[in-house]
This record gives sequence, structure tokens and C-alpha cells, in this order.
Amino acid sequence: MKKVEKVTGHAIPLNRANVDTDQIIPAKHLKRIERTGYGPFAFESWREDPDFVLNDPAYGGAKLLISRHNFGSGSSREHAVWAVEGLGVEALIAPSFADIFKNNCMKVGILTVELPEEDVDYLMARSEELPDAGIEVDLQAQTVRTTDGSWERPFEISPFARWRLLNGFDDIGMTLAYDTDIEAFERQRPNRLPVTTAD
Amino acid sequence: MSEPQHPRTLSEKIWDAHVVPSSLQEAARGEAVEGIDPEEAAAILAQRPDLLYIDLHLVHEVTSPQAFEGLRLAGRKVRRADLTLATVDHNVPTADRDKSNPDPLSAQQIEVMQANAKEFDVPLYDIFDIRQGVVHIIGPEQGYTQPGLTIVCGDSHTSTHGAMGALAFGIGTSEVEHVLATQTLPQAKPKTMSVEVTGELGPGVTAKDVILTIIAEIGVDGGVGHVIEYRGEAIRSLSMAGRLTVCNMSIEAGARAGLIAPDETTFEYLEGRPHAPRGDDWDEAVEHWRTLVTDDGATFDRSIVLNGAAIVPFVTWGTNPGQGAPVNGRVPDPGGFATPALQESARRALEYMDIEAGTAIRDIAVDRVFLGSCTNGRIEDLRAAAAIVEGKQVADTVQAMVVPGSGLVKMQAEDEGLDVIFRDAGFDWRDPGCSMCLGMNPDILLPGERSASTSNRNFEGRQGPGGRTHLVSPEMAAAAAIAGHFVDVRELL
Repeated sequence: MKKVEKVTGHAIPLNRANVDTDQIIPAKHLKRIERTGYGPFAFESWREDPDFVLNDPAYGGAKLLISRHNFGSGSSREHAVWAVEGLGVEALIAPSFADIFKNNCMKVGILTVELPEEDVDYLMARSEELPDAGIEVDLQAQTVRTTDGSWERPFEISPFARWRLLNGFDDIGMTLAYDTDIEAFERQRPNRLPVTTAD
Repeated sequence: MSEPQHPRTLSEKIWDAHVVPSSLQEAARGEAVEGIDPEEAAAILAQRPDLLYIDLHLVHEVTSPQAFEGLRLAGRKVRRADLTLATVDHNVPTADRDKSNPDPLSAQQIEVMQANAKEFDVPLYDIFDIRQGVVHIIGPEQGYTQPGLTIVCGDSHTSTHGAMGALAFGIGTSEVEHVLATQTLPQAKPKTMSVEVTGELGPGVTAKDVILTIIAEIGVDGGVGHVIEYRGEAIRSLSMAGRLTVCNMSIEAGARAGLIAPDETTFEYLEGRPHAPRGDDWDEAVEHWRTLVTDDGATFDRSIVLNGAAIVPFVTWGTNPGQGAPVNGRVPDPGGFATPALQESARRALEYMDIEAGTAIRDIAVDRVFLGSCTNGRIEDLRAAAAIVEGKQVADTVQAMVVPGSGLVKMQAEDEGLDVIFRDAGFDWRDPGCSMCLGMNPDILLPGERSASTSNRNFEGRQGPGGRTHLVSPEMAAAAAIAGHFVDVRELL
């Protein structure tokens, strides 16, 4: 996995609550077997509206996206994170994220920054007013700040997740270091538990 | 491992029993992490999330291709193919399966599932296997889903399996790859939430109405970070099928998982199923399963109580599953919601759904009716709907279809003559799959079409771009198909 340290850039203000993964990437695009190439289909239905924020060229090249509570709700499709990644977005800011979506972001290396509602209000209004207003998410320092230096807030992330992202460690590789423990666990599992290869 | 002494919730019991203990000192492990100061690594590793062993991994064609590709690129194998079961459900056509698939991308994805299953020795219930079906229907049906297990699948509705007392949750494709490679998942321990539904449900009130009412009450993010345990008399009195419906939609309240403690209903359902334990194993299993209850005195992080007797048939009017109302009610005024965010969300929803605030739910006419999905595609659901439909005709303005949850559900329904009842009434009788629940196969709403659907999500475009979805129980969907608009099914009893 790539290392994540800082994300600096302007932000797309997606001022909606409960944005579900069906909106982020519609199901018809989940038929592809590739890992990349989802960016052009991100928010496809909403993009049909010419006034939708992603159609505003001022937000082109944005590295961050700001939204409302429960972002990424619904389907577990990791394609939603791949679509966000495909847009060039590397960090998301919202009051809360859906659990599976947040886990998926962590695996892909997209930062999910949870801030209190009033802080999100501030950043949302600022990016709506000034599309090129810069924001920096600093994972090492665990802070979000405006690039003009006028505003800064801390954010929380588990020390383990932070460490993993800063170093770009492969999750599976790390778990395989516990292989002997997994084997020991397997030896004490009761034989009556179901196996799928029985017939 | 010594047994913790404090009273525990069911969720905590299953969790604790699946944490892989670490034999090495973290300091020793820290030294193995290249390029990192051993002391720092040791300190961090000590804070790693629990490594959870997974007893059953269900796999389908849509969220697995990139995971298998990841294994291939890293030269890894599937660690426990014998704890893994694959099927094809999301993409499969529900008609004319003997002909070539009209959608080349879907056909390719199904072929890739077949090829991956073969390459990695993963058992597959393939498209012409009688056991093929929606992944969350076949786990319980085959007796693979058992109390006390940890179950994952690259699908958010994995929460379904919690109805049988298993800790079951949806995961993303990276996590699918992780489980394939290691049979474990590093996971943060979820919080616990009790949702107690007291009293007795009225006639014509179903499990679907219970869960839609719960979601409307706690909101679509009311369960985020929590495992919900459903408790109380109204939950206990539900059939296994009803319990599966309730737990299925836990994710629509944002919950990590839903759980119902196993009891006689669970054991009766499981006994004799193809992969349930037999003989002495059965007795030993039941003895263990009886311990899978929340201890007296255990505390939940959050608790809510609902009066089951007050629940009535429910219909969603908006674009998330929490935006619903009683069938005898009206579409609410967005201005009446508590927060600006909820108000804006309701306004947007009404615009998308093309409904005026104040409209009586019964006055909403539907164009399509979909009966099926992992929420309501079981034999009990089809029986309940058939009882409403029998001897009647689908309204001229409505196109209706039944998609059984699995090949075995379809066969059972045909043995009971339910297919004849549905066909005579004017329903299409289809082959099993996810179908119009998410519109990945040809079964989709056209732009502007409005459905009464027994599925789980009414998101914008969920059943097809521009389509409008109202979520209801099988009985309510059947009644809407006949009347052409929503009706209070209790008046037909």
C-alpha cells in the first residue's frame, strides 16, 4: 500500500447527509472486474444535474471532499472508495462515516477525517464560497488546517491505523506474521463446525 | 484462555471466542518490522485491533474478482477453502438462463467467479445448481449459518445471518482478500446496542414492518459502530424467516451487525438441514448454543425499547430506508423534521420520488411490484404473499414479478403450487437471484417508474436509474399489486 502522510489541496463541498454508496458508484458499474477506472462513473446520476458541485470546473483537481454525516452508507462495495480515489480525492471530511465504507477507505489509503458538525459547517461554507481555498490534512500531526494558517483542528485516528498508513504497510502481510497463532487457534476449533467441502 | 467473570452480551461472547490470542511478546514481533524502531513497533502493535477468526466466508461474483486477483499477484492461496462458499447471485438473469447472457459484462463476471472457484478450489453453487441463490438465503437454508459462528461476506446484508445467533457482518473487497488469505480479519471491537420490541404484533403486521419502524425510529445512522441485539417478546415470537428479515436490514440502520439469541425456533429450523451437525454433534452443539445469550446484568452501550403492539404495516416514501410511514398515514412535511439536514434530506427525497407532502400513503399508485431479495425471498415470504394474491388479478396498470431467493425456495414453492397462484394472478415467475433489488441484471425499473418492493433499499436509482422505490412487506407488496396502489393489508385479512 502507498504511504499516506499529508493531503493538501482544495475541497469539493458535497453538502448532503447520508450519501450512500449507490450514489457514489451505481451498481451497473460493479460488473467490471478491474480495480481501477471507476472515477468517470463517480456520482454518475447526480452529475446529470448541471448544477451539481462536481460539474463546477472550479473544483477540478480537488484532493479533498467534504460531506455530511453517515457518508458512504449502504452497500459494502469497495468500488465506492475506488471511485473516490479515481476522482483524485485522497481525504474525506465529514461528521461521521458508515462503518464498512470507513474500513474500506483505510484499506485503500483514503483518509476519513471526522470533525464536529460545526467544524464541518465552517469548512463546507468556506469551500462553497472559495472553491480554491486550501485545506491540509496532516496525518503525522493528526490535524486539519486551512492552508492560510487561520484555522486548525485536531482529529482522531487509532494509533495503529495511523502507523499503518504512515508506513504503507500491507495488512495481509502483517496478519501473516501471526500465522502460528492462527494455526494454534484452528487446532482447538471443534470438529463439528461446518465445512463447505463436505459433499 | 480464562473465562471473563463479568456478565457479557451475546455479541461480546461470540467476539471473545474468536479472538486469535497472540503467543509472542509484541516486543519480539516489533523487531520483525523492517525499518521501524522495535520499541515503537512494539508499542503500536500492542494497540492493534483484535484479530478475529472467521468461521464461514461467503463469496459472490461482484465483490470478489479483485480479491482473487490480489491473491494471484501476491502468490497467495486461499487458506481455508473448506470454510468458504461461493455462489453467483447479483448479476444472474432471472429468465432464459439457458440462452446466452444478454449482458457481456455480467457474463464475464460470472465466468470469472467460476474460474476463480476452480483455480482456488472454492466450492461454488453455480448458476444451474439447484442450491444456487441469493448468498444470504442459501447460508441459513443449507444449515451453514449456525449460532455462535463468525460469518463475513463482501456484501452489507451479511447482517442477515445474525438472526440465527451468528456474528455476521459485511466487508469490502480488500477485506475479502484478507479473509481468503488468512481466514482472519483485524477488527475494532464494536459497541453493543439493545433494541427491545415488547408485546405482541397485531394481525397483518410482519417482521418487515418491525424493522422499518425501528429504522424510522433510530435513523439510518442510529446503529453506526454497534452490533444491535434484537430482544423482547415480539422478536421471540417471530419465525426464523421473520428474524432473518429483521437482521437483514440492520445495516440500513448503519449497524455493524444484527443479532438474535438462538432458541428453540432456531434449533427447530436448523435440525436436519444438510450442513447442520448430526447425532452426538447435534446434541453437543445445542448444549453450547443454549449458552449463547446475553447474561443477566450485562450492559449495552445503548438501549431502546419499542412497543410491538403499536407497530402497523409500514411503507417508505423517501430515498433512504428510514424515511417511512404507517400505511394509514401521510407523507410528512419536510419542514417538520428536527434538524436542517433531515429537512433538506426529506425535501430532496420528495422531489426525487415525485410525491407531495401530505399525500395519503394509500393514494400512491405503483407501476411495478418486486417480490424477492435476501430480505424477503424465502418460502415463508412467498406463502404469505400468495395467500393475499390467490384468486385475484394483478391490476392492469401494474407489472409484477416474483423472484425466489434460491433454487430450493423455487422448487419448494412449485411443489406447493405457489407458482400457479402467482402466474394465474398475472405475476412473472422467475429464477433465483438478487434481481431488481439492485438492478445489476436486466430486471430494472425504467426512469420514473414506481415500485412496491420487498427489498431493502430505496436509494435514488437503486432499482434502475430514475426508478422510485417504496419498501414494504411481501403481504403489502402483494396487496399493492392487486389494487394498483398501497392498501392496508389488515383490511384484507
